Amino acid sequence: MITHMLLRALDKRAIWLVLALAFVAIAVPVCNLVIPEGNFLHLPNYAVPLLGKYLNYAMLALALDLVWGYCGILSLGHAAFFALGAYAMGMYLMRQIGARGVYANPVLPDFMVFLNYKELPWFWYGFDHWWFAFLMVMVVPGLLAFCFGILAFRSRVTGVYLSIITQAMTYALLLAFFRNDLGFGGNNGLTDFKDILGFNVQAASTRAALFAASAMALALAVIICSAIVNSKLGKIMVATRDAESRTRFIGWRPENVKLFAFVVSAVLAGIAGALYVPQVGIINPGEFDPGNSIEAVIWVAVGGRGTIVGPIIGAILVNVGKSYFTGALPELWLFALGALFVAVTLFLPKGIVGLWNQWRGSGGKSEREVSAEAEKGTEVEEPALPAASTGSTEWPKTGSGPEPQPAQ
Amino acid sequence: MSKSGTILYLDGVSVAFDGFRAINNLSLVLDKGEMRAIIGPNGAGKTTMMDIVTGKTRPDEGEVFFDGLVDLTKHDEAEIAMMGIGRKFQKPTVFESLTIEDNLLLALKGSRSIFPALFYSRLADDSRRMDEILGVTRLGDKRNMLAANLSHGQKQWLEIGMLLAQDPKLLLVDEPVAGMTDAETEETARLLKDINETHSVIVVEHDMHFVRELGVKVTCLHEGSVLSEGSLDFVSADERVVEVYLGR
Repeated sequence: MITHMLLRALDKRAIWLVLALAFVAIAVPVCNLVIPEGNFLHLPNYAVPLLGKYLNYAMLALALDLVWGYCGILSLGHAAFFALGAYAMGMYLMRQIGARGVYANPVLPDFMVFLNYKELPWFWYGFDHWWFAFLMVMVVPGLLAFCFGILAFRSRVTGVYLSIITQAMTYALLLAFFRNDLGFGGNNGLTDFKDILGFNVQAASTRAALFAASAMALALAVIICSAIVNSKLGKIMVATRDAESRTRFIGWRPENVKLFAFVVSAVLAGIAGALYVPQVGIINPGEFDPGNSIEAVIWVAVGGRGTIVGPIIGAILVNVGKSYFTGALPELWLFALGALFVAVTLFLPKGIVGLWNQWRGSGGKSEREVSAEAEKGTEVEEPALPAASTGSTEWPKTGSGPEPQPAQ
Repeated sequence: MSKSGTILYLDGVSVAFDGFRAINNLSLVLDKGEMRAIIGPNGAGKTTMMDIVTGKTRPDEGEVFFDGLVDLTKHDEAEIAMMGIGRKFQKPTVFESLTIEDNLLLALKGSRSIFPALFYSRLADDSRRMDEILGVTRLGDKRNMLAANLSHGQKQWLEIGMLLAQDPKLLLVDEPVAGMTDAETEETARLLKDINETHSVIVVEHDMHFVRELGVKVTCLHEGSVLSEGSLDFVSADERVVEVYLGR
């Protein structure tokens, strides 16, 4: 059953994508660690976590696309799940510091000593174990998404109202995490990490390993998302996006469909956040900023929503642009981002991947092409309903056969 | 009147929207295996009646029973659909970015849970059933086409095909021949009569030619209640019906 799903999940594009990610997972560490400095293939140390960050953002974009592109839920608060996963990882990393902090307290992280905490708050228990922390990386965002989704989707909140609530959710979390007495380091967040799984976070080899882990995680997310959208459930997701009430009248419960996608998406976003923290070395409430979530929406829109490849391309391109712009012309970046969003909405409603599909003609595998192809094939036979036919005998039945599976 | 032996039983149903009584003390009984045509001018409450039966709208008062036993006012759309009431909408509503085949696949009778759908792989039975429906609705050569690219009439047929895939006990069919040519209309009438062999059907339609073609008992609604009921000839001879339609 699972193998069958995997086979179906991996259409041509997904295979290429996974192969490409496997390649960079190996190539980037090799270029950084093995190829000597001075060689033009050598990758400087600063570039590795930067590239890793792009891949984490790409994973967030993919997660967002699962709910926005396929389910029609425009979440303007997806960075919240990313940040929650990041915080869970940050808590683990804080506990790994141990007595090496500035105040050398073996139990309490620095900020707690500074804020006069007498003992570790209960919700920090367990985070000294990596397996517990890694579990929480998935459970906390997933649980929040589950509670939020059950309330919102059961009450049939849709469209712009839902977007506003998701935005409010991330804003509320932003304000909450800014408070010192919440126990997550307040304004400064969590930083000054030392070790992850016993390895020095700062070491080039650890950075390279984290990059490889990010690439592998993204590849896994691609497989998971691809499996979901290519399954029957994926078709129901698209049906829910296009005509939610209609799905009810054939017996589906769109609220459950959306809830499933939302939770899966939140978990993926949480994992992306967890991989992000050790690479950038800090997590603070700024990650909950509504602007971050909106930026993620732009990545997806630029790349092409409703595709698996699109959000990944979009996230990487926009962030490369951001790295360049904020270095070269920092004051222009926000204008450029805004202009990009307007331009994409106006001229590239299907994003870069949509444009590629159009340009490729009928070679690709997107919905549009398949339909175009199908149309070409049947044009001749219009009109479709033969007027004079009588019985139910003569239509082509098994000529083409039910297999192979339709595209997607 | 006894509910036993009925597939649909509405008694004294009323519903008002902002004070406007869309359905006013409506009583309607459909026997098992019966096909009924419902006519009536715009605003007579035909679509609202379907909304009530399918759980989209809750009646303010009155009884709505399905299959003699089930109180439909206590269930929501998905539950009612699973019990065996299928609905075709006035404006053909198909899933436009899915293929014809996938549209049918989603409607196909079976589990409606998340995880079975995630791990679903097509069974030979399902494929056979879909081939059958594609044959009946004459969409076989378009099975891999997106539903968005169908003509209006073909969408109507696809929606009827989706109803067939659901295999409900009762079909509510809202204006099935709107936008169809005469020949297509005749085909649709034939198809509905075929369906009626094994299912109970309610057809809402304006097209009198089509209703005559069906040759079944007719109920005329007006201002949310039954104005007249009987054979088409009887109903169209009814002075009040004439009055309502000519608008005096």
